[in-house]
Amino acid sequence: MKLTDREQRIRGGEAGEPARVAIEQQIAVGDFFGAEAFVPVTNVHMMGDMEVMGDAGFAFIETLVAQGGRFVVPVTTNARCVDFERAASVRQDPALVARERALVAHLRALGALQVDTCINYQTVYQPHFGEHLAWGDTGTVIWANSVTGARTNYEAGPAAVAAGLTGVTPAYGYHLDDQRAGGPRFEVRCALSDYADWGALGGIVGRRTLDYWTVPVLTGMPATPTGDDLKHFGAALASYGSCAMYHMVGVTPEARTDADAFRAREPATSHVVDDAALAAFYRTYPENRPEIDVVVFSGPQLSVLELRRVVELLRGRRAHGNTALIVTTDFANREVARHLGYVKAIEDAGGQVLSGACWYIMEPAKMAAAFGWANVLTNSAKVANIIGGYRLHPILRRTDICIEAAVTGRLPAEGRLA
Amino acid sequence: MTPDAVITAPPGFGADVEAEIVLSRDSFSIRYDMDRETGVISRKGHALEGRSLAGKIVYFPAVQGGVAAGWAFLALVGRGVAPAGVLFGRTNPVMIQGLVLAGIPVMHRVRPDPFSVLQTGDRVRMSPARGIVERLAPR
Repeated sequence: MKLTDREQRIRGGEAGEPARVAIEQQIAVGDFFGAEAFVPVTNVHMMGDMEVMGDAGFAFIETLVAQGGRFVVPVTTNARCVDFERAASVRQDPALVARERALVAHLRALGALQVDTCINYQTVYQPHFGEHLAWGDTGTVIWANSVTGARTNYEAGPAAVAAGLTGVTPAYGYHLDDQRAGGPRFEVRCALSDYADWGALGGIVGRRTLDYWTVPVLTGMPATPTGDDLKHFGAALASYGSCAMYHMVGVTPEARTDADAFRAREPATSHVVDDAALAAFYRTYPENRPEIDVVVFSGPQLSVLELRRVVELLRGRRAHGNTALIVTTDFANREVARHLGYVKAIEDAGGQVLSGACWYIMEPAKMAAAFGWANVLTNSAKVANIIGGYRLHPILRRTDICIEAAVTGRLPAEGRLA
Repeated sequence: MTPDAVITAPPGFGADVEAEIVLSRDSFSIRYDMDRETGVISRKGHALEGRSLAGKIVYFPAVQGGVAAGWAFLALVGRGVAPAGVLFGRTNPVMIQGLVLAGIPVMHRVRPDPFSVLQTGDRVRMSPARGIVERLAPR
């Protein structure tokens, strides 16, 4: 890689040992992917929590702090595995909570803004077209690239930390024009009426794409999606397909027309997603039994409008005694939701509104064991995809079905597929 | 015994390493597929379900999932259950960022399909700087 004078000085140790270690790692990654240079970034979003870092990652951060490391661009933190205020009520391991507290103190010492959100693009920082970023959490990356036209690769925790310490990231992948051209075409011919439908669409496209370096193009959108629709779509596409960008013709900024999206090339392949495909996707999440142990709204954290939808569907009813109801959001939205009476409404229903956390990283297998949960009903395709790996039984359904199940303790007839 | 270069790839990351190879027909996600306490593939129905990758050179044709890989490989090293090296068909940045942090050798875009030239259990040497994998002993 070609280094500027500033980058060479960082490599020579003039900016301190943490920045030197960081840029060496960035050079190794850049070389691996054929980057020719670095690009400055204006904003970094990092994933760092004990659930995934382990003691070794903790020690790595501890060393950076001891060596006087300090971020040189704004670094925000992703949703983490603990809601410190409500950890006891969801029976999280006190040792994990204590370790998480120590980690947060270290990240703050490095200069991180501890916002603990996976919807930073809705509540913290809105990048503009063409802006170079170093964001982690795949849902944030796919949003930035696709919806705003900003530019970032998946920057995992250590890569985001490195970018925070150096202020630059290797210019490969989605920082470059060529990588952003559309590949396969997906013609959308299905009705999409709920967040879960948008997530399912993301899952369908993701399962067929399964490649970080491929940009699917969606055409024929039946309706104008809301921001939250795109949030569920993108989070699912990233989760099922490892994708970092999509084009939606007539919706996203680099796809005003088909020619725009494909950069005047032919689509690599063409697919149709119809109502039958959508129904088939839901059938990959059959119920194991009608009784539902826990209903989860999470992954990504909920917006204020999604919280309102939950409250409206509850209509003042209480959740069934055998069915837990868990909602996660970020600090900002929880405060707005408290102001609007939504938090009280969900708590009065017997539910919990967790903040700063996202359910699927809160050691769900341990939580399920503690409460005796075996199945999980959710409107998040991303959550459904992930928790299969934790040997819980995921059931994906539309939001209204999830709420009815929470209230009655059982899947309503229209939600039964098996 | 003359080693036998069977796989080539663009230059990768890390030092030369020798170990047994484990071949997977399924893609890999460290969050979705692996028990990160033990380094054992835990996802039901995965081609390597129940198999430990500790100390092995492992091949996956593709990857899935998100940024968890960034920290998780270092955590595996800390627990003594990390693979010795990794070969990918197609990969993504977070795998490489995580393997670089952990110091685990890695190559991608390997040719030809390792299943056509190797079997699980073969002893191999991967040399990322030279972009080759050699078989060390005849079958």
